[in-house]
Amino acid sequence: MPTLQETAARRSTVARSALRPRRIRKRASWWQPVAAFAVFVGLWYAVAAYYDQTVELPYLVPYPHLVLQAIVHDTRPDGVPTGFNAELWAALGRTTVVSLVGLAAAIVLGVLWATVMAQAKGLEKALYPYAVVLQCVPILALVPLIGALFGYASLSRVIVTVMIALFPMVSNTLFGLQSVDRAQRELFELQGAGRLTRLRKLQIPAALPSIFVGLRTSAGLSVIGAIVGDQFFQRGDPGLGVLIQVTASRLMGPELYATIIIASLYGIAVFLAFGLIGRLAVGRWFDFS
Amino acid sequence: MSTLTTAEPAVRSTLLDFRDVDLVFPDGTAALGGVDLTVDRGEFVSIVGPSGCGKSTLLRIASGLESASGGAADVSASRIGYVFQDATLLPWRSVQGNVELLAELHRAGKADRAAKAAAAIGLVGLTGFEKHLPKQLSGGMKMRVSLARSLTLDPELFLFDEPFGALDEITRERLNDELLRLFAEQRFAGLFVTHSVSEAVYLSTKVVVMSGRPGSIVARFDVPFPLPRDPDIRFTPEFAALVGDVSHALREGHR
Repeated sequence: MPTLQETAARRSTVARSALRPRRIRKRASWWQPVAAFAVFVGLWYAVAAYYDQTVELPYLVPYPHLVLQAIVHDTRPDGVPTGFNAELWAALGRTTVVSLVGLAAAIVLGVLWATVMAQAKGLEKALYPYAVVLQCVPILALVPLIGALFGYASLSRVIVTVMIALFPMVSNTLFGLQSVDRAQRELFELQGAGRLTRLRKLQIPAALPSIFVGLRTSAGLSVIGAIVGDQFFQRGDPGLGVLIQVTASRLMGPELYATIIIASLYGIAVFLAFGLIGRLAVGRWFDFS
Repeated sequence: MSTLTTAEPAVRSTLLDFRDVDLVFPDGTAALGGVDLTVDRGEFVSIVGPSGCGKSTLLRIASGLESASGGAADVSASRIGYVFQDATLLPWRSVQGNVELLAELHRAGKADRAAKAAAAIGLVGLTGFEKHLPKQLSGGMKMRVSLARSLTLDPELFLFDEPFGALDEITRERLNDELLRLFAEQRFAGLFVTHSVSEAVYLSTKVVVMSGRPGSIVARFDVPFPLPRDPDIRFTPEFAALVGDVSHALREGHR
């Protein structure tokens, strides 16, 4: 019969091997995405050539290299300086500020709102309908009113962003706070733990995975909110939304496409970044996909 | 609390005393009807009975999670351990963190907490697993962590709500042995709810049979086998006979 020490030693070896991360994942093959992208660019060239040669409206679908040029160079192919490139990065910076400020406000408001609702069924019944209303009312219908009330500059842009990004924070946080099962709640109750202790040591940690899922969705929405707000409130410093409208109205095809692509890349980056933050925060104990 | 215990500490003291306990839920369902039950220090009492006979409800009243609607339910234990059906571990905490939880909720100091946890983890044979997360453990190991967590309270009265019901037979038997060893060492008062008659007989000094509904106790058996017990007593004719008697009473009550 093994001694206790031997058993313990064997157990901890088993334990260590269980801890080792599994790397059985198939080797990622790189060529399929590259091939798909090449096909996409090829198609784009074909359509651009069609619009250039046959339809003769080249600004509707500009050639990819012209779009790339608009993003990376400050001159046209013929060497004429446009000044567009500097404007694009400045606009991206302003949209970034608006979306992140709006997102931060949405996080704070959403988590507070959900936490209050999680305290009592009555509070949830009283307050949840407003979250649903917020989600259902077409924000665009409120935009003129927001402009009239709060002006047509940054504040209104942030308010629109918050309104668009808030709901996923509220609903996901509430869902997470309520996901604690009864036995776990009773475990705390049996030790005489108060509401605040329960919230801090049980409900909020348990809610983190769904809070991060909400955060990722809200982050994506905050980019949309910032751009939509920008398009409506033309005053103040222009962001990507204004740039899209201006380049579209002036038939600046490559610049319009460049702006759209940068806006999309920003949206993707925000989504990925917050996904990564979520994985770093709770991935240790929760399969955060 | 009671003057009797302070005057005569050697005398068996009653930690749980239920007299004619009734429980009627607000919807009118009668869960318990006239339950009489005592658990003394050094006794391990198992409750067997069909599903829904109110076995778990009895534990919930004993722990204070539920209150009786009639009769007297006196619990004079100051430290009560409660082991749930599921391990109810917090998935974001390591084994160590989970075991420390209850002391933490009682605002124990860091060193105190760590010492208690280390001792309890040692008692359930999980030394070396302190840094593991629950998702890295098997069902049986999770249950051990749950046991260790309750052990940090140094409970006078230990309540078990079908803790091994979801485990496979081998794991269950091994945990039975460990629980029996813990009981032989620590001599808390135990109240153990289970579906398994042989588990009840093997672990207990006393087995009570409940029938539903409303739940009431229909038979009581003293288990004569001395402690500590050899796992092989499960294969003796005396053990089999007692299991047979309890099973018979269970069927009678269920009719």
